[in-house]
Amino acid sequence: MPVKTEAIGKEYPSATYAVGREKVREYAAAVGETDPIHTEVEAARAAGFADVVAPPMFAVVYSAPVMAPAIFDPEVGIDFPTMVHGGQEFVWGEPVVAGDEITTTASVKDISERDGMGFYVFETVSRNQRDETVCTASWTNIVRGV
Amino acid sequence: MAPLREGERIPELKVTPDRYVTYRYAGASGDFNPIHIDEEFAKQVGLPGRILHGLWTMAQVARAAEQAAGGPQRLRRLAVQFRGLGMLEQEIAISGSVREVREGVAVVELEADQGGNKIIRNGEAELALE
Repeated sequence: MPVKTEAIGKEYPSATYAVGREKVREYAAAVGETDPIHTEVEAARAAGFADVVAPPMFAVVYSAPVMAPAIFDPEVGIDFPTMVHGGQEFVWGEPVVAGDEITTTASVKDISERDGMGFYVFETVSRNQRDETVCTASWTNIVRGV
Repeated sequence: MAPLREGERIPELKVTPDRYVTYRYAGASGDFNPIHIDEEFAKQVGLPGRILHGLWTMAQVARAAEQAAGGPQRLRRLAVQFRGLGMLEQEIAISGSVREVREGVAVVELEADQGGNKIIRNGEAELALE
């Protein structure tokens, strides 16, 4: 059964995520980031930031509210029991600190088929409250046996 | 902080995920896919048991790159491919080497090895040098 490609180019409504100090600390602890700029306000300010700094991979957290509807979109048609996360790319811009409001948009970048596997590539772009780009990301999910 | 030079290896990062890390990461990230937090569900879908979140493992690759660069804000780009299953309570070694240095950016190739299984391959980081 060939993959459906009609959803290529589809865009999803943006979602805004308010970055909280305790959430940054919780995330840093969960992944083992120990630089005090992630947990101590004084250390972050001494380093020139307004508040605790989100680790780069915190992009996963502020992108989630817009990525979930995209991945579950029936028009995309991903079969979840056979889906694996195949690849991931993040490109970071301005740093993200507690107190920021990050607005992310998502789109379907590509859907293709190779060797009996479906490749679903989503792109997200995240900007802060000053409209500065903080992260662009490419999310590749692979579905076996399409 | 030693400068990053072409061909040099970055310091290896070793981390052993404890048996509860997937619960902490699920809460921190919002990814509650049961293959990471429900032993019975994971086995029902053919896995050996609960597995690590790929993005948690990628965060370990990010840490290795950040430490080599001298700070988290120096990580400008990271791309990886996920392969195999990341297991709990088994040491993961993140290794890498500098492929090229150009215009204030070091490009570093990275991988994550768990007991001979390359659970992250073709990792590529761009690190700002100043």
